[in-house]
Amino acid sequence: MLDDQQVRIDGHINALRTLPGALLPILHAIQDDLGYVPESSYPTIAHALNLSIAEVHGVVTFYHHFRTQPVGKHILHICRAESCKAMGADALEAYAKKTLGIDYHQTTADGAITLEPIYCLGNCACSPSIAVDERVLGRVDEKRLNQIIAKAREAA
Amino acid sequence: MSIKVYVPRDSSALSLGAHDVAAAISAEAQARQQDIQLIRNGSRGMFWLEPMVEVETAQGRVAYGPVTPDDVASLFEADFLHGGKHPLSLGLTAEIAWLKKQERLTFARVGITDPVSLDDYIAHDGYRGLHNALKLSAAEIVKQVTDSGLRGRGGAAFPTGIKWNTVLNAPAEQKYIVCNADEGDSGTYSDRMIMEGDPYVLIEGMTIAGLAVGATQGYIYLRSEYPDALHILNEAIDHAYHAGYLGENILGSGHRFDLEVRRAAGAYVCGEETSLLESLEGKRGLVRFKPPLPAIEGLFGKPTVVNNVISLATVPIILDKGGEFYRDFGMGRSRGTLPIQLAGNLKQCGLVEKAFGITLRELLEDFGGGSASGKPIRAVQVGGPLGAYLPESQFDTPMDYEKFSEIWAVLGHGGVVAFDTSVDMAKMARYAFEFCAIESCGKCTPCRIGSTRGMEVMDKVMSGQNKDENIALVRDLSDTMLNGSLCALGGMTPFPVLSAINHFPEDFGLDKAQVAK
Repeated sequence: MLDDQQVRIDGHINALRTLPGALLPILHAIQDDLGYVPESSYPTIAHALNLSIAEVHGVVTFYHHFRTQPVGKHILHICRAESCKAMGADALEAYAKKTLGIDYHQTTADGAITLEPIYCLGNCACSPSIAVDERVLGRVDEKRLNQIIAKAREAA
Repeated sequence: MSIKVYVPRDSSALSLGAHDVAAAISAEAQARQQDIQLIRNGSRGMFWLEPMVEVETAQGRVAYGPVTPDDVASLFEADFLHGGKHPLSLGLTAEIAWLKKQERLTFARVGITDPVSLDDYIAHDGYRGLHNALKLSAAEIVKQVTDSGLRGRGGAAFPTGIKWNTVLNAPAEQKYIVCNADEGDSGTYSDRMIMEGDPYVLIEGMTIAGLAVGATQGYIYLRSEYPDALHILNEAIDHAYHAGYLGENILGSGHRFDLEVRRAAGAYVCGEETSLLESLEGKRGLVRFKPPLPAIEGLFGKPTVVNNVISLATVPIILDKGGEFYRDFGMGRSRGTLPIQLAGNLKQCGLVEKAFGITLRELLEDFGGGSASGKPIRAVQVGGPLGAYLPESQFDTPMDYEKFSEIWAVLGHGGVVAFDTSVDMAKMARYAFEFCAIESCGKCTPCRIGSTRGMEVMDKVMSGQNKDENIALVRDLSDTMLNGSLCALGGMTPFPVLSAINHFPEDFGLDKAQVAK
């Protein structure tokens, strides 16, 4: 399993290492494939791009998008930005936390859902918005959130 | 002949179920053996009517909306394929007042064409700007853009022509065109709509920019929150390469221009141009000191044009119709049109492209239709999370860079977020500090430390501790951030904070008469 992971990581690095500014494309490719960027990949990436391991770590941890740990089957993003706040996002956020029994950056005990905040999905004409993995959903109220959570659990 | 039916693929329309509607229409058409051609267009930007379905008839396109999958059978019953009457009928799309009152220059094709069809783009006046540009010298292209009066639509409003001229005159073997598509401001989505609804206009604009300054490589730095835009842009770029609009010999002119989309990774500060360049180079998105300007030493140390999506997407129409045509719209030093995005608590949210000069009140009332909740609109934040909150008394301010700056506000990227009377402005001020703390790149102290201290002091204010002294402290801290930060993140966080205190003192437990600022 771990060897397979390393093979895949090496594949992404070799495919992208010659790009100018290759680090972000490599990190994206690894996370798209594995769901996160394992810290064990740092030395190989650093070696391929002639960087220090600390530099790779610095970049991974700077960006909100990158994760270094596996997450739940689905990621539920709740938008916390102004437009969504104007349409009740604070209450929706509190409801999501209560319903799932977790706080931001945590995963439900069944491993189905990880809860994350997000700052604008560009769906501000249909606030409040959330996203399940890459799918944005607009005008979400508590009832719709319950349906979405149930569906995500089903598919987990 | 098959009947053309349009169902948007814009991600806001999708967020309301447009895919399900499209699938239901396909299935129903098949069941009834009706010959239709389903086209997935961009959105017209009337989001309270999405998913909005259009049908091409002899009289023009007829609209229905908002459509749910459950409405589809009855639409067929009502013969919507021939413009039949239905409770969801909106009439001819072109006659809808909301659209008719606009001046759509940059958004001319959005919602009308199939976004990834190059033929459709060309049939709707696409690539006319590039054909003209290929007949001009680099300096002549720059002059058209300068004459148009176009200013950076990302928020800083710097004259685009002057920026281009600097890059044109900077000698270098390699230059770059970088498109800032890291649209992180809450309340804004015009970049997304262009990229999802008319990607070729951005590709054409960047190609023209390349010709104008002598750059052969372009990058679109796209926020990771926009996966649909990524797929659409990549598909359009592929088509453009195949048809010779990109690559080593554009339309046989001997000019080269290559274009690639790069994904950002969820850092708001990377919308700041120097932080963006660091990120493109594969580094932490730390803001750079200026000078040197990116126009002199930008990406990988080379002269670089960094422009917002809307700025670049406006270039084709300027080169098509001439700088003077564009300049004739607008007021004062704000020339042309601004794609304004209505968001938050409004009945009718959506995209309004208007010449500069329309007032905020006209936008909120005539276009927005008042608040969604039915309560009065109490505060409006214009220009994203770093923009000021405006009270009702300032709603008559025209959309104009200078008029806004006179009242200590900004137009920014054109986002307008409305709040009704249920808003707690002290909470919003605290949130402004919190957002800055989460997104600060950490390079300069006022932003890195100031944002957290601001949040702490706001907590004290909100719990009623030494209110007057703590508000004085917030003001003092804001002054430090305003004058001492490296970039707009720390430097403008005081805009929402101070405007909230000054215009809505009662939310901070202050006496209105006391706040005479």
